[in-house]
Amino acid sequence: MIPDSSAADRVIRRGRLLTVVGLVLLAGIYLLAFQFTPAERGQGLAFKILYVHAPAAWAAETAFVLVGLVGILYFWLKDERLDVFAEASAEVGMVFATVILTTGPIWGRTIWGHYWAWDPRLTFTLLLYVLFAGYFALRSAIRDPAERARFAAVLGIMGMLLVPFIHLTVYLFRSQHPMPVLGRPPCPLENPDCAPSLPWVLLRPLLASFVVFTLLYVGFVTIRYGIGLRRAAQEGSDA
Amino acid sequence: MKTLRAALAIAAKDLRIEWRTRTALLTSTVFAALVFLIFVFSRDTGGVSLATLAPSVLWVTLALAVMVALNRAFLLEKENSALEGILLAPVSRSAIFWGKWLANLGFVLMIEAIAFPLWILFFDVRIQPALLVVALLALLAAIGFTAVGTVFSAMTVRTRFAELLLPVLLLPFMIPPLFFASQGTVRLFEGRSVTEIWSWLRLLALYDLAFLAVATMLFPKVMDE
Repeated sequence: MIPDSSAADRVIRRGRLLTVVGLVLLAGIYLLAFQFTPAERGQGLAFKILYVHAPAAWAAETAFVLVGLVGILYFWLKDERLDVFAEASAEVGMVFATVILTTGPIWGRTIWGHYWAWDPRLTFTLLLYVLFAGYFALRSAIRDPAERARFAAVLGIMGMLLVPFIHLTVYLFRSQHPMPVLGRPPCPLENPDCAPSLPWVLLRPLLASFVVFTLLYVGFVTIRYGIGLRRAAQEGSDA
Repeated sequence: MKTLRAALAIAAKDLRIEWRTRTALLTSTVFAALVFLIFVFSRDTGGVSLATLAPSVLWVTLALAVMVALNRAFLLEKENSALEGILLAPVSRSAIFWGKWLANLGFVLMIEAIAFPLWILFFDVRIQPALLVVALLALLAAIGFTAVGTVFSAMTVRTRFAELLLPVLLLPFMIPPLFFASQGTVRLFEGRSVTEIWSWLRLLALYDLAFLAVATMLFPKVMDE
């Protein structure tokens, strides 16, 4: 079911095109965020990191969820291409998770006063990160492609089941150790809950950025999927 | 019924092999004792009392001992291709999982049974009636650890670097049960009543059920040839 390498090359070319479009639009996001969006009142310039951070989190979580779902599909359909996709998605997910874990502390240093806090979301991302590091360690330790695909799918599915437990853990963990959130303005008296409603002018680049990061995810995964197909075709012809 | 009998036969076989040599059991318990010692020697002797350290030490030690114990679970079957023998036997793959899991659980409980009194002795633990609840936490945690660990050790044993890969895969999965169990223990050390740690026991039980179910479903996929 693995196509030949010329088909894989076509996939890679398509992925490159999507990625180039995505990168150009990303430059547009930067321009929009820095040139046409005012600074946020409480956080100032540091707020603008949100336009990269939150969409990266969206892309990473989508990537990781797809690894688990595709794992289930793999056992159902037994199509090797699904495994190639899972690997591609996990790898791209790691890249976006790296973006979260670098932009988060940079923002934290400015707003919280320290790079790392055992904040639930930060901890959650770190745990996902080590989980997927294990996923790649497992893949790289197995030579037989069929066995690799099965084991990776098993780990992907179990990882998906672990996610709600990690979620629970980090939130319960935090309730024991409340973190000082420096620099956050107190809520006004008339609105003690202060729901984080962004004014449109601040929200606009964020929404645009979500679209761009989704496009970048698709572009990256398509390239990586094409590379995976080419490799699988080679492995098939070697065997 | 047939599945259960097959599972018990596999578990009995594994535990019998273990009992006859006792090497792995001895090594794992000595390892647990050494981890206790490492904690005692690496602490700030002036500032941190043993009692403050005790709950964390118990859970870190048990987690590491489980890791050492699980590594041997399928290593046993690698010698003389014994695994192929089991796979050829007319029993379902789920029965193999349950058998292997029961053996691992029995093995881990034996380690816990030896490490637990050592911990009480070394760390001067004086919460006598509550110790039963700590033992219950240890049982529930062991069920979860071994459910996930049995699947993972079946996978890692077929790879290069099995000894290194198992902890890397298993530790992220151990964080939630470890957290639930150690929070329960800390509460008991603070002198809270048993009813207050009920929620931690329930969370552990939920984790155990979820992963036993998914492990039973996925283990046959690992064993497919």
